[in-house]
This record gives sequence, structure tokens and C-alpha cells, in this order.
Amino acid sequence: MGIMKSLGLKFKWIRKLFKKKRARIGIYGPPNAGKTTLANRIIRDWTGDAMGSVSQIPHETRRARRREGVTIESNGSSVTLDIIDTPGLATRIDFHDFMAFGMNEEESKRRAKEATEGVIEAVKWLDDLDGVILVMDATEDPYTQVNVTVIGNMEARKLPLLIAANKIDLPTSSPARIHSAFPQHPLVPISALEGQNIDHLYKEIAQHFG
Amino acid sequence: MKGIQLDMISEDKLDAMTPMEKVRLILDEVRLGKILVLERGLTPTEQNKLIELTMTEIAPDDFSGIEIESYPVKHNDTFLSKLLGKTTIKTRLTVIGSAAQLKTIRKDRDLISAMVSP
Repeated sequence: MGIMKSLGLKFKWIRKLFKKKRARIGIYGPPNAGKTTLANRIIRDWTGDAMGSVSQIPHETRRARRREGVTIESNGSSVTLDIIDTPGLATRIDFHDFMAFGMNEEESKRRAKEATEGVIEAVKWLDDLDGVILVMDATEDPYTQVNVTVIGNMEARKLPLLIAANKIDLPTSSPARIHSAFPQHPLVPISALEGQNIDHLYKEIAQHFG
Repeated sequence: MKGIQLDMISEDKLDAMTPMEKVRLILDEVRLGKILVLERGLTPTEQNKLIELTMTEIAPDDFSGIEIESYPVKHNDTFLSKLLGKTTIKTRLTVIGSAAQLKTIRKDRDLISAMVSP
């Protein structure tokens, strides 16, 4: 019995050695950049399912959501990923901001509290990832501390990072501004909402995280 | 004279502190209403700690978080460092204040423009 158990453990070790590890990819970015919209698009395109609800109100995603074993195929190559849709990163959360969207004070304070917990969870996930898709709102200034922090973390860990310059369906978007801010990282201009250029993103995902 | 206290902290002082000491100092001073200018910015790990601790201290009608702005990091990727596989990252000047007091107007690779209110 003891020998069988020992053999079982050895086989488990050998299986682990030869088993190809699935890359765990986090979708990061500031609130309202379109992270969950992108996660939903990826999951829907490759599994037919959805990841979570989206809203105009910031911090709609307040718990990280994980979807395992999403296989993306592009240009003859395929990559299987575990995708983590993370809450929006921020350095400030003011409940008054939620009241501006019509929430009452109690609801707003609860949402703010949950949002702070979500930010902590998102930060902690950075330790357990193999790569990041950083979603930036291409209509906004790219030099935010959130972007600098996520990029700095990935560079320090020497892990792959892909920038999704989102919302190119909007006339004020400027992916070029993001590229000039962070020229050292690959960038794909997309509209997660409209699906514009999404095939190019899948090609880059297969290339960088495969 | 009334005004906002601005503390500029040298790279030498920051180098002598542990990550947690830096984060604690920043939050304590910012909560006292000071604006801090760090000669050299925080490492990515320290930034994570600062964000985490800031989130735990946010309280309605008391503290809504911080505004932190720094230039993108510089990479020391000389031929020799590339050859040795030792590319290092140099963080740069950083400004931190309470979100209620400090508001960034514009920022680019070489300019941080901010408004400070009492």
C-alpha cells in the first residue's frame, strides 16, 4: 500500500513535469476602461458564454472573476488561457462619485467599500499571473498611475504585457498617444464593444501568451 | 502664513527606509495634509503596498485616497547590462497628496502639472 502510494506520488510528479502549464492572464486597467466588456467579448467568442455585467457606473466589477481553459486560435496556432477579469485599479475611491450616478448614500458607501476590497484583490492577483492585458481607454490620458503601476509590475517580473487601446469607436480616441507613452510594449487598438480589430488582438494574444 | 506644507524627500532618505516604512510615512504625512515630493519614486512592489494600504484606510467623509503621479520608469538597458541580462529599472520623481487636495491637470513623459487646494 505504501509502495503504491509512493508510486502514485511519483507519477503525479512526472505528470506535472510534462503537463504544459496554462498561462494565467489578468485583464487590468482603471475603472471604466472596458475590462469586463473585453473579457465578455473574449469569452463569448471562444466559449459562447459571458464573464460579468458591465455598467457606466465605475467599479461595477468588485470581485475578480476567473474563467479557466479558454482556447484562442489564430493564424494556425492556439493558446489555452485562464482569464482573470479584475476590478478596476484606483488610488482614490469617493462614495460621492457613485451618488452622482443616482445611487443613494447607503448604496454608494457600500459600493465604495466593496470597491476598495476589489482594488486590493486586483493588486494581490498581480503576484499570481503569467501575463497581463492592460486595457486603456484610448480617449483618456494614458499617463495614469494605474497604468504606470501595472506596467512597472510586469516589467519588474519580466512578464509579457499586451496593451489593448480600447474605445477606438469613439471619435476622440487616440491609440497613438498611448503608443508614444509606452512604446516598449505591443499595442492593439480595439473596440471591445463593437468588436473592431478584435481578430488582431487574438493574433497578438496567441503570439505573446502562447 | 497659511498654506500647504510641501515636503521634498531625498533619494538618500528613501534608500535608508524599508518599503513598509516608506508606505507608512507617505500615508501618515498625506493624511496630515502634506504634499510629498519624492526625489525617486517607489518600486512596483512598494506601489502595490501603498495602493493596498490606502484602500484599507479609505473611510467615508474622512479619507478618499491619494493622488500619486510619477514619470514612467527609465530602463538601464546599456549594451553591457543587456549582455549580462541585468536590465534595471529606475523610478523617477513622484508627487503624492491626498485625493481631496491634489489634482493632476496634465501629465506626459516629462511634465506633471497639478493643482493643490487647501
